[in-house]
Amino acid sequence: MQAAQTTVDPSEVAKFEAMAAEWWDPKGKFKPLHMMNPCRLDYITRQIAGEFGRDLSGDKPFEGLRLLDIGCGGGLLSEPMARLGATVVGADAAAGNIPVAQVHAEQSGLDIDYRNITAEEMAAAGEKFDVVLNMEVVEHVYDPLAYLTAVHDLLKPGGLHICSTINRNPKSFAVAILGAEYVMRWLPKGTHEWSKFITPDELYDLIRNAGLDPVDRKGFVFNPISWQWSISDRDLSVNYVTASIRPA
Amino acid sequence: MKHDADLLIVGGGLNGPALALAAARDGLSSIVIDALPKARMEAGDFDGRSYALAMSSVRLLRNLGVWDAVADNAQPMLEIKVSDGRAGEGPLSPFMLHFDHAEIEEGPMGHMLEDRYLRLALLSAVDDNPLISMQNDENVIAQEANPQGVQIKLESSGALSGRVLIGADGRRSGTVERAGIKRTGWDYGQTALVCAIAHEKPHHGVAHQFFMPPGPLAILPLPGNRSSIVWSETHANAAAFNALDEDAYMQMLRPRFGDFLGEISLEGQRFTYPLNLTIANSFVAERLALIGDAAHGMHPIAGQGLNAGLRDVGALAQVMGDAKRRGEDIGSTFVLDRYQEWRRFDTATLAAATDLTNKVFSNDNPLLRLVRDVGMGAVNAVPALRRTFIREAAGLTGDLPDLMRG
Repeated sequence: MQAAQTTVDPSEVAKFEAMAAEWWDPKGKFKPLHMMNPCRLDYITRQIAGEFGRDLSGDKPFEGLRLLDIGCGGGLLSEPMARLGATVVGADAAAGNIPVAQVHAEQSGLDIDYRNITAEEMAAAGEKFDVVLNMEVVEHVYDPLAYLTAVHDLLKPGGLHICSTINRNPKSFAVAILGAEYVMRWLPKGTHEWSKFITPDELYDLIRNAGLDPVDRKGFVFNPISWQWSISDRDLSVNYVTASIRPA
Repeated sequence: MKHDADLLIVGGGLNGPALALAAARDGLSSIVIDALPKARMEAGDFDGRSYALAMSSVRLLRNLGVWDAVADNAQPMLEIKVSDGRAGEGPLSPFMLHFDHAEIEEGPMGHMLEDRYLRLALLSAVDDNPLISMQNDENVIAQEANPQGVQIKLESSGALSGRVLIGADGRRSGTVERAGIKRTGWDYGQTALVCAIAHEKPHHGVAHQFFMPPGPLAILPLPGNRSSIVWSETHANAAAFNALDEDAYMQMLRPRFGDFLGEISLEGQRFTYPLNLTIANSFVAERLALIGDAAHGMHPIAGQGLNAGLRDVGALAQVMGDAKRRGEDIGSTFVLDRYQEWRRFDTATLAAATDLTNKVFSNDNPLLRLVRDVGMGAVNAVPALRRTFIREAAGLTGDLPDLMRG
């Protein structure tokens, strides 16, 4: 099934502009994502540059790469990828995010193909990508293996899959649920269901079972003193990210 | 949308061109706009102004590829001697604080460099860089930010667009005013008399700072038997001294300076700078970042003005370079806020420390004199503490931008 291109109803533009402003407000409700974004982007850009032999100091280093951003939301990852020259499809299962992301991309002068569609639907339609970004999605899906198999099918042979999620242990429960949802009120209560969290080893197994070769994993660590996120080689205890390749 | 350049830099003094060069290393293009005609900016005559470049600033200039062009004209500062004095006594009181570069591994604490050499080296590097263009003899009359970038209108009726606007136009920055950013500041009640002098005896690379009741006198070594002086006096005294002819001016300076370098005579022009502190209430606004004196005009007591400006340059270039590699919008609030967070605390600390130092030392209260003499003696007696001060003076403390690391 090919998803219909979502077009923005002119009478609703003002509403979507307001929602886009909210998504992109540095102090608004998506502040935690914005705080984490430089760290996520560092990982993503370096993995892509490494895998496809691109020089990040050049202009539009990702030119010629077709990239899918699953769970694109307001476009926090899609826009940087488009700015680096990738041909970007942003997919989100929540229909309301699509016009919001479209409005903001237009304001930013970026050409991004946003669609209200699931990964499974796109895989069934035979779409192929060089890179699939799968950030903070897998802990929300009903059947992770079926979902990751769809991700596998969406990749060209030799394609790169980057997947981040949250570990399952007492610390992640304390930090990600009690801390982020209840204490800091960073996220709406009920955003995460702890039992759905996946350990790094479980994720590696799932990725392998989906037919992908895991090549790297790192932690995203929040430092409450510097109030910044950084990439860690060792600390995968709460937020972590993996890179995997579809064998050629 | 296609912009004329990534950065539109208002102000072609020292920090503006330095930022353009630093940004170009990350592939970012700049247009530098300056009100002065090109010929006047490039005039190479000595006007008496010079800078005490901290080690960190020298490293930044080296990384920008301009240090080689000026190194032969730079005077290494090997020692700093700080003492307490009274006008008429000269520097004859025993040295209270003595910082010697031999105590730290990094090398000289800094270099003295005349304005003419630094300015020319920066302008020539800018000329050679394909990512940078200069627009001289031009004034900005309007600026407007939008979601995709920033537009400025020029007096010549032209217009330019970029991703981010940089205010590098000094303490009376028009860019800051047009952005509606207010400034906080206060006057020190002092004016700095600045000039270069020639002296009979060699200075051996030693810098002196004498704290005298009307204000400090800094004697900073230049190549050859020459030194740059920064002589702070009350506004009234400074105005009176500056109105004197050359001979009378030197008559006033001699007793303060002392005779430890033999006969002294004036070289080049004399300048006066009213000493005030002026800090922009924000260093960033929508699609705008401020650097150098436009962000923070400081008391030049420890020669920290240009050094602080070059730290801004290093920090902002790094923040924007990182953002570009990540695919972020380099002029977005997210990115510019990182620069502000990095630099604002540093600047406030430095401004407060400089202000306090000046207040404590520019005073003839006997009790305060005793306290500071004991304090200086204590610092001098403890090598670890002394090394901390040396590193601070060399600009090697704090969260250094990559361009300032070894």
